[in-house]
Amino acid sequence: METFKNSLREIRRYPSAIVGIAMVLLLFVVSIYAVIAIPYSRAIYMWRGTEDVWYQNPKFAPPAWFNFFSSKKLPLSFDVSTSNETMSKTVTPGAQNTSTINITYSFDFQYDDYPQEMSLYFNAKYAQKQPFISIIWIKPDGSKLRIDNLGIAQTQTIRFTQDQQFLGNLNGADPMQALFNDPQTNKIMKGKYQVQIVGVTFEQGSDINAEFVFQGQLYGLAGTDQYRRDLMVALLWGAPVALAFGLLASVGTLVLTMVIAAIGTWYAGWIDDLIQRITEVNLILPQLAILIMVGTFYSHSIWAILGVTVLLNIFTGGIKTYRAIFVQVKESMYIEAARAYGASDGRIIFLYLIPRMIPLLIPGLVLTVPSFVFLESTLAVLGLGDPVLPTWGKIIDDAFTNGALYKGYYYWIMEPAILLMITGLGFSLLGFALDRIFNPRLRDI
Amino acid sequence: MAVAAQTQSDSETKKKASSGSTFLRVARFTALRVLSLSVTVVIAIYLTILIANMGGYVDTIIKSEIEETITMSAAANPQMRAMAPDVRAKLIKDRIAAEEQRQGLNTPVAVRNVSYLRDALTLNLGRAINMSSDSGSKEVRLIVLERLPATLLLMGTSELSLFFISLFLAISLSRRYGSFWDKLIIVLSPTSTPPAWFYGIFLILIFAAVFKILPFGGLVDAPTPTNPVELALSVIKHLILPAASLFVSQFFLSIYNWRTFFLIYSSEDYVEMAKAKGLPPRDIERKYILRPTLPTIITQFALLLISVWTGAIVTETVFQWPGLGRTFYTAIGLFDTPVIVGLTIIYAYLLAITVFILDFVYALVDPRVKVGDN
Repeated sequence: METFKNSLREIRRYPSAIVGIAMVLLLFVVSIYAVIAIPYSRAIYMWRGTEDVWYQNPKFAPPAWFNFFSSKKLPLSFDVSTSNETMSKTVTPGAQNTSTINITYSFDFQYDDYPQEMSLYFNAKYAQKQPFISIIWIKPDGSKLRIDNLGIAQTQTIRFTQDQQFLGNLNGADPMQALFNDPQTNKIMKGKYQVQIVGVTFEQGSDINAEFVFQGQLYGLAGTDQYRRDLMVALLWGAPVALAFGLLASVGTLVLTMVIAAIGTWYAGWIDDLIQRITEVNLILPQLAILIMVGTFYSHSIWAILGVTVLLNIFTGGIKTYRAIFVQVKESMYIEAARAYGASDGRIIFLYLIPRMIPLLIPGLVLTVPSFVFLESTLAVLGLGDPVLPTWGKIIDDAFTNGALYKGYYYWIMEPAILLMITGLGFSLLGFALDRIFNPRLRDI
Repeated sequence: MAVAAQTQSDSETKKKASSGSTFLRVARFTALRVLSLSVTVVIAIYLTILIANMGGYVDTIIKSEIEETITMSAAANPQMRAMAPDVRAKLIKDRIAAEEQRQGLNTPVAVRNVSYLRDALTLNLGRAINMSSDSGSKEVRLIVLERLPATLLLMGTSELSLFFISLFLAISLSRRYGSFWDKLIIVLSPTSTPPAWFYGIFLILIFAAVFKILPFGGLVDAPTPTNPVELALSVIKHLILPAASLFVSQFFLSIYNWRTFFLIYSSEDYVEMAKAKGLPPRDIERKYILRPTLPTIITQFALLLISVWTGAIVTETVFQWPGLGRTFYTAIGLFDTPVIVGLTIIYAYLLAITVFILDFVYALVDPRVKVGDN
């Protein structure tokens, strides 16, 4: 135990191991944060929900920090509503149960490109008589554009670029250019814009609430995908999923391999023979192909894939390596002593044989984690990712199938790829250093 | 792996045999080895067949697919729409039965598995269910042969250059132990954790999407150039990125592994002895380090040749490279059991034959090893 501690203390001599530990710790912190900040059910709802979870977001939008690196400033997205009082609303009662409702929102627009879309979502309360509204767009120079006049239903959506009345008034001109361009220079006019909604209700207790959704070209810290989903959810939740998959697969495989190798060596005879034969058969089976088959035919579930991965990885070269070492350990004096005092087989295997191997196990444990994390993303890239859980591999798959590389949505692939890279590098930097510390053959080299 | 694959029962018989003549010993070893390897191959292939059929589950999928396509085509056919409903229903039913018969779905799974196994072992690869070669044939053999050159080109280029370049660099690094380059390789070796397709995506991003100097994927330009020189250039242009991603993904780890391997051997006493005698470094390298490590180098090379054959499933899929790896993936997606089994059997045979040959090669290159002896 003392030598074990000394070995761990040696890690300090390896700067790469320190970097590796930092990366791994970062991943753990992100995972814990993700699980606490976005509970599982909420994460699934936000990732696999319906359009009404994401309707406020633009599509294919790079993250907001893109503007720091680009001279052409792209509009950010925002969302305001009268129900949470981010949009100002005044109600003026009039004669015969009517009342006039004024809803306005003004915002500063200092960007060099048009937003993807602007929409107004109305919620009206009435019994028989529909409220009537008119929507006006006021440019920084004070000129006004009438978007639409209409009687609204209980829920009503107006999309600025698709509104028939507005498009009809434009005579074929581009709606975004009409909304934002200076008619003289034909360039985007920067300054304060205002959306003005004047509504009239005709009943006692009738009311109008509005939400103004401005879908810019950038969104949040991570951007969005083809369904307008916030990638941040999947990037954050990818960390605990990747760590859980990698660690479970790695621990499961190595511990089971070791136990089976120990049992085989201890009992020898037909048990050992059987283990050897199974290993030889398993080495001939094409592993990735079998995983793909299981994924396609049986179940996409990440836990099913995990189980099969562990099963396929138990009977590989590792079992032969462990066996070779156990054969030596089996002959050592302390095992003979244990036999002499009458220790049971189970006691010898689990308390005498296996603990001797733990120092050798640790580097292997750390080193195999990234290969399993990448295995999960490999299957996801082949379209066999878990159907429910958000994972990094699935983001890459989504991006790939939506032609992110062709269309220039590089952020979409780079974000999960960099996180995967950090996972891979973190664990393998640490693992390589541990290997050099614990593996006496490599120690002097 | 090949050495480790020697069985315990082998070693027992080997002890008895070693007293006999060399010929008897070798013959006995060969027979036992062939027997144990064949049993291994048979079991592995049977398992693959079981998995590729999923105990009959795939049949259900294929049957419902047949039913759907035939019903759909009947609904789209104006002549059939004009028929009386019962006549039409019977016609559809007959067609479904005929199609199921054609695909052999009416024999029980267990029987079919055994006949699959027999056909597979005799390399009678049969006909694909859904896939066909570009020339239109459904013969699994022709599909495999058609895709083979692309895989051989891609894997051959990347794996062979990787093998020899990393071996060469590793030998020269093991001489300069502790130098800047040596340390650099150690630092960079963790970059081999991500698989090749991962580097492939980065390479596509840089060279195809941003700089637009190399194609995103595929094998040749469309339309295919008729001039052979242009054709070769076009293939090479498409080959660079997938080959580079396979190469880069293993490069540093491969050098690191070989370098560590050579270092372990170069710290042996006999190497120290040779140094003390004042032998030139080239001789030490060739006769004292490379010579005893030859069996391992040959094993690695043999395994590499097998991997050249199987192709890279994901890298080929990402780069849309029409090789065997991508064929395997397509076959699984189409539930095309004959193609899956066909590809696996060839792989299993190659592996078994390689393992078998290696046993004899060891005896040839390593005087310490005697065939059929401990």
